[in-house]
Amino acid sequence: MAPLLRVRNLTKQYGGLTAVNDVSFDVEPGEILSVIGPNGAGKSTIFKLISSFVAPTRGEVLFKGERISGLAPHIVARKGVVRTFQETTIFKGLTARDSVIVAHHLRSRASLVDFYLGTAKARRDEAEFGKSSDEILEFLGLGEVKNEIASNLPQGHLRALGVAIGLAANPKILLLDEPFAGMNHDETRHAVETARAVRDRGVTLLLVEHDMAAVMKISDRIVVINFGSKIAEGTPAAIRSNEKVIEAYLGVEDESIGL
Amino acid sequence: MLQLTKAVAAVAFAAVLLIAAPWAIEATHHADFYYTLSSVALLAIASGGVWLTFYIGRINIGQGAFALVGGYASAVLVVKAGLSFWLSLPLAGLFCAAVSVAIGLPILRLRGVYFAMVTLVLTEVARLTALALPLTNGAKGITNIPPPGPIGLFGFTLVPGFDAIVNRNAAFYYLSVVMMLLCFAALWRLVHSRLGALFAALRQNEDLASSMGLNVPALRVLAFAISSFLGGIGGAAFVAITQSIYPSSFTVTDSVNFMLNCFLGGLGFVFGPMLGTLVLYFGWDLLFQAGEYQLLIYSGVMILLMLALPNGLLSLRAPARRRA
Repeated sequence: MAPLLRVRNLTKQYGGLTAVNDVSFDVEPGEILSVIGPNGAGKSTIFKLISSFVAPTRGEVLFKGERISGLAPHIVARKGVVRTFQETTIFKGLTARDSVIVAHHLRSRASLVDFYLGTAKARRDEAEFGKSSDEILEFLGLGEVKNEIASNLPQGHLRALGVAIGLAANPKILLLDEPFAGMNHDETRHAVETARAVRDRGVTLLLVEHDMAAVMKISDRIVVINFGSKIAEGTPAAIRSNEKVIEAYLGVEDESIGL
Repeated sequence: MLQLTKAVAAVAFAAVLLIAAPWAIEATHHADFYYTLSSVALLAIASGGVWLTFYIGRINIGQGAFALVGGYASAVLVVKAGLSFWLSLPLAGLFCAAVSVAIGLPILRLRGVYFAMVTLVLTEVARLTALALPLTNGAKGITNIPPPGPIGLFGFTLVPGFDAIVNRNAAFYYLSVVMMLLCFAALWRLVHSRLGALFAALRQNEDLASSMGLNVPALRVLAFAISSFLGGIGGAAFVAITQSIYPSSFTVTDSVNFMLNCFLGGLGFVFGPMLGTLVLYFGWDLLFQAGEYQLLIYSGVMILLMLALPNGLLSLRAPARRRA
């Protein structure tokens, strides 16, 4: 099967600093792929490059064989490459349900004029988005709190809400930005289960993360980045025994890789 | 039930403006109130536009520019092109909307105080442009603008020409109030439709909005264009009342006032700008007695009000209600 997403020779320079240097990897449909690396390795930049919030200096990102680098972020999202944010980036003043409903907007069949006039078409869309939002919120365990204002929700719920908003936009591939950061053991386990459940809905997942234990558990394949360059790629088992990787994490290897 | 209450309240409000207020004015022989209230209504329309830019999270101190551009557009169309005022009114609004799209595309990328600063400059740019262009007649402005003509349909006169009306101030009052009611009804509907939800999403977080596929730059410009349209028709109708326009007809002070009207009424309420304009306009006039202390007292009260009621006057009666 052809790769869903191809990252080819991706390079990003900020002035004299090379944040990402000639990184290439493929994401196969239906897999969970994690990009890991020590702090400052360039993971976040890769994340922004793929979601097209930042344009590459060289190289490109292809989605279903089509170049998406350089397109506006909302166009990339419409094609099915949807990113999530860390928990601080939400619609603070909206309820969880309203946030997810708004995120359905791409699926509208009715035009904004239809919505303004409240035509039958618009009402059908509204009803459908409401139902779909309830389903997504229930799926992510937010059914009980769906009418709470987002800024009142605890951290764990905000993460889930971020994923809910992402799912509402109907992604083919969902990019998760450090989904396990700051979570304790139980929360991480729960989040891993959730991520697997999302994948089972037919959504390919690409994670950027530095919690090694969780990454080892969840990923089909792992790409390791250090100082902006790819140093390894492979299954969790292969990565665990890769010397370059161990070297990159030297000093904290025992705890962080979970050897 | 709530729907019904709202509908009754809306009808009652319209009845007060269209029946009770003119009756009270006639009974007390305060004909000058027609002019005052027409001004309030038209300024409220322009403030309603500013309110919409607040709604997408931008502080707009440039509405005076669009009121001025709209006023000149209507004046030029009526005086130089011989067009009917009634046609010039929507055209002035559309012209302002077109101008705001051209200006908005670059400047709406700015946020917070940076956007506010640029819009503040717009009013001054509009004034200087009006001074410089031959079309706008420089400092002399455009005067002796004929009053609105009749509107006829299939030979029937729907609205008589304003020069044929004895009580012309009352006629302008009805024009302004009907315009205000229509504009705010349209604005209310907009905020409560999908577009309002999208604008709210923009205000909350533009990055997140674009990550879910919303065309953020286009939506921002749309809000700004609607805002400027309202500023333009407000200005155009104002010019019809005063029958003249000068480069100083709308200044930076007006731009600031449009913004203050929104703050005072309440940014969370569609009808906030209406109340804010009324209170601010009359508050300023009432303080006229205070002579040299007018501005001091006025500013002091404004500061106190914003400290005590950061969500505006309307938050007094609807504390538990959700934002707009």
